[in-house]
Amino acid sequence: MKNIKKIAAFLLALAMIFSLAACGGTTSDTVGTNGAVYRTLSEIQEDGTINIGVFSDKNPFGYVDENGEYQGYDVYFARRLAADLGVEVNFVSTEAANRIEYLQTGKVDVILANFTVTEERAEEVDFALPYMNVALGVVSPDSKVITSLDDWDENDSMIVISGTTAEIYLAENYPNIKLQKYDAYATAKNALENGNGAAWANDNTEVIAFALQNEGYTVGIPSLGSNDTIAPAVSKGNETLLEAINTEIGSLAAEQFFHHAYDETLAEVYGEEYKETLVVEGGVIEE
Amino acid sequence: MQALGIDMLFKGKNFVRLLGGLGVALKISLIAVAISLPLGIILGVIMTLKNPVSKALTRVYLEFIRIMPQMVLLFLVYFGTTRAFGWNLSGEVSSVIVFTLWGTAEMGDLVRGALISIPKHQYESAGALGMSRAQTYIYIIIPQTIRRLLPLSINLITRMIKTTSLIVMIGVVEIIKVAQQIIEANRSSSPNAAFGVYLTVFLMYFIACWPISLLAKYLEKRWS
Repeated sequence: MKNIKKIAAFLLALAMIFSLAACGGTTSDTVGTNGAVYRTLSEIQEDGTINIGVFSDKNPFGYVDENGEYQGYDVYFARRLAADLGVEVNFVSTEAANRIEYLQTGKVDVILANFTVTEERAEEVDFALPYMNVALGVVSPDSKVITSLDDWDENDSMIVISGTTAEIYLAENYPNIKLQKYDAYATAKNALENGNGAAWANDNTEVIAFALQNEGYTVGIPSLGSNDTIAPAVSKGNETLLEAINTEIGSLAAEQFFHHAYDETLAEVYGEEYKETLVVEGGVIEE
Repeated sequence: MQALGIDMLFKGKNFVRLLGGLGVALKISLIAVAISLPLGIILGVIMTLKNPVSKALTRVYLEFIRIMPQMVLLFLVYFGTTRAFGWNLSGEVSSVIVFTLWGTAEMGDLVRGALISIPKHQYESAGALGMSRAQTYIYIIIPQTIRRLLPLSINLITRMIKTTSLIVMIGVVEIIKVAQQIIEANRSSSPNAAFGVYLTVFLMYFIACWPISLLAKYLEKRWS
C-alpha cells in the first residue's frame, strides 16, 4: 500500500512537470501590452531605453572592463545603434545558451552577442544584416605549415575541441583525417605545443588570436568550410525594429563604421591583417 | 604575485565589483533563507500529518522541486512565467522565488525527518502529563527538533549561498560572473589570472559562510 502511494505521488509529480512544460509551449506568442512579446520601434523610443543583450565575458566581442563598463566589437555597434535611434542603452548580460529565450520572451529588444546566423536559429528569431564573418581556421607550427587539407598525411592527426563546429565539419567533410579530441581550450593548446597533432582546427578568430599570441605558429588556412556570418537578432516578427537596424547597418557603410569598430576593438587581438576577412560592411558579403 | 593575476584585482574598480557580486549573491540567498526557514518548518509539520490529501500534495511539491534541476526552475520562473502569463519578473525576483521554493521544500523534508526521529514515548509522556497537542509541540517536540535540525539547515543555507552561481543564466550578474568577466577582459595581458581571481572568490565565499558555521556551533553548544 505504501509503495503504491509513493508511485502515485511520483507519477503526479511527473504529470505536473509535463503540464507546466506544455503551458510554456502553447501560449508563447500571446503576451505583452500590444499582444506581442516584443516592443516595436516606436514603443522603444517612447520608453527611451533599448535593452540589448550582449556577452559580458567574451573579449574582444563583448566584455566588461575594469571600470565596470561594457566594451568590445558588439558593444561598440550597440552604443551607436542606440544613439542613432535616439534612446539610452541598457546592456543585459547574456549567455550562449539563453540568447534565443531572451528574444522569445521579449526580455531584450536586440541580441548583439556574437550571434552566428544558422537556419535553425532563423526559425526562432529574426536576423538583421550581418556585420561580421566567421569561419573555421587551421593553425600549425612554422616548421610544417599546413595550407590545405586535401593531401593530408594518414599518420598525422588534427587537434579539435569536442562539440565545436570544427569537429563536426571535419568529421563530415574529411573523414580520412584522424581527429584528436580535447575537452577544453587549455588542453588543446597544450597538445599542439607538445606536438601531439600536426595542426589545430577551431573558429578562425580563436586560431588567429592563438598564432598572434604564440610565436612559432602560423594560420595556414584562415578560412575553411561554410562561411557563416554574425548578425544582430530581434524577436520573431518585430519588423519595425528589424527595418531600423537594417537601415542603420546600410547607412553606416558610407563612413566605414565597422572598419573603425575593428580598429577600436579587434585590431589589438587580430592585427590589421585579418580586417577584410572578418569585417562585413553595410551587410554586404563579398565572396 | 603577477603570475597569479592578483594584480588584476587592483586594476580599476575590479575589487569593488567582486564585492558587489558577492553582495548580490548574499542578498538573494539570505532573503530566500529568511523566507524559507519558517515556511519549511510549517511545511514539515504538515508533512507529518496523517491526512492523505495533505500528504499527497506536500509529497508532489517536494518531489517536483527535488527532481527539477535548479537551473530548470530558474528558466521556468524567469522565462516560463513571461510566456505563460505575461509576467515580467526581474532576474532578482525570479531567483528569490526559485530559491524560496527550493529552500522551503528541502527544509520541510528536514523538519519532517527531525520530527519523526523524536521517539514516540516523548509524545506519549507529554500526553500522560495532560499536555494538549499544541503544548506537546511547543514545549517538548520542537525544542528537540531544532537541535537536530541545526547542522542540517546550516548545510542547506550554505548550499543556497553557493548555488547562486547559477542565477547568471537569467541575467543576474553575481560574484562568479564578475570573476569570469575580469579573467576574460585580461585574457591576453594576464592569461593565468584565473587562479588568483578564483582564489579570491573562494576566500570571499569562505568569509561569507564561516560566520554561519560559527553561529551554528555556538547555538549547538548553548542548546545542548
